Amino acid sequence: MGFEELYYLLKGALVTIELVAGALGLGLVIGIPMAVGQVYGNKPVSKAVSFYVWFFRGLPLLVLFFLFYFGLFTLINLDLSAFAAASLVMGMRSAAYQSQILRGSIQSIGSGQMLAARSIGMSKSRAIWHIILPQALRLSIPGWSSEYSGILKDSAVAYALGVMEILTRANFISSRTYKPMPAFLACAAIFLILTYIGVKSLNLLEKKVRIPGYGERREI
Amino acid sequence: MSETILKVQDIHKSYGDLEVLKGISFEVKQGETKVIIGPSGTGKSTLLRCINQLTPPDKGCIWLNGVELTDHKVDINKARSSIGMVFQDFNLFAHLKALDNVLIGLIKVKKMEKQKATELAVEELRRVGLEDKASSYPAELSGGQQQRLSIARALAMNPKLILFDEPTSALDPELIGEVLEVMISLAREGMTMLVVSHEMGFARSVANEIIFMENGVIIEEGPPRQLFSRPKHKRTGEFLNKITELYGESGK
Repeated sequence: MGFEELYYLLKGALVTIELVAGALGLGLVIGIPMAVGQVYGNKPVSKAVSFYVWFFRGLPLLVLFFLFYFGLFTLINLDLSAFAAASLVMGMRSAAYQSQILRGSIQSIGSGQMLAARSIGMSKSRAIWHIILPQALRLSIPGWSSEYSGILKDSAVAYALGVMEILTRANFISSRTYKPMPAFLACAAIFLILTYIGVKSLNLLEKKVRIPGYGERREI
Repeated sequence: MSETILKVQDIHKSYGDLEVLKGISFEVKQGETKVIIGPSGTGKSTLLRCINQLTPPDKGCIWLNGVELTDHKVDINKARSSIGMVFQDFNLFAHLKALDNVLIGLIKVKKMEKQKATELAVEELRRVGLEDKASSYPAELSGGQQQRLSIARALAMNPKLILFDEPTSALDPELIGEVLEVMISLAREGMTMLVVSHEMGFARSVANEIIFMENGVIIEEGPPRQLFSRPKHKRTGEFLNKITELYGESGK
């Protein structure tokens, strides 16, 4: 595999990174209100969130891709590029997972701080924003770390929609050169490196925002 | 006679079939310290939460400075900001340094500007003896320091009344004194306080009145001397003897 092919593959890595960043970002933006709604919302809100989570966690990513890209988006005449469609579907799916990571963190905080916040006159939403979320988001970083590595790997399924990510390009190279091994090895190496960088960065972030008394290594 | 700050009238509260509060009425006057005592499960904590509407009562009225808090039209967040509350397990904001625990109410609720709020917060930390702990996180403080910090957080809002829900029950015996000291000096400064506590020494020496509650009703109410030496009800005497034996009389 020559330099030119490697460059071609690395451009695919960029597409993968964009896809993952978009999905994680969208998942966070939708996931936060979902988690808050499930914990603090009324019954219908919490039911609606449970339904959403059940739906997006219950279907294989490939089924979701086909269902939305070839099905729903076509039906409502939403003309999205394969990349945009993949980001959107992966983002909506990640929201389901992220909301549950965050919900666990919110519920681990206990109701005492909420009571204290309300007792000094904070509204519920302010208390959630200023007291609960800053702590819950910190506690969610380890969970995100696995969500990141999961999404990164899942992004290869976008191959099926023709998104020009790493695997799609590795496959092109393989069929052009008739040498599958170098192409797919390089593809695997890029995934492993991206996993390492992402997980390492999240570990660093976790250390940086750590509060004394929270998420420390245990001696016992 | 000083004016009435808090008026509690016929408060009822049930959880399912269990009626926790069965018609509680009393008043607290400006500058008064009232101590509520009684066996656990009697509804003392529920009563405190009914007062600032963290737990809305099923029936009955609460007035604070003539404003009815049980009225649904009242801005309850605003009303709550003038009632301090100190919890048994502190409930400090774990992600905020000591100073910010005190500051956050001033900035986010009272909308005070940062500099003025900081000056005030530092002053409140000094008042409870924690000026050198301003940049410590709650987890880095001892139990006594945490409880004093939570008192400072309540004080910063300049409350008309502070509710204490067993403020020393979660503390090691040697840390109780420093918290009681702060509470005693607040009482002397004329802060109006309603305290649920088992600290008989504190009740005896600081309280203007003691309220004895059992099974959701007030059994007896009166000045400490009267309750300790000539209780009207046999049950009051029994409870006071038992609890004094158990907890001693620290904080005199």
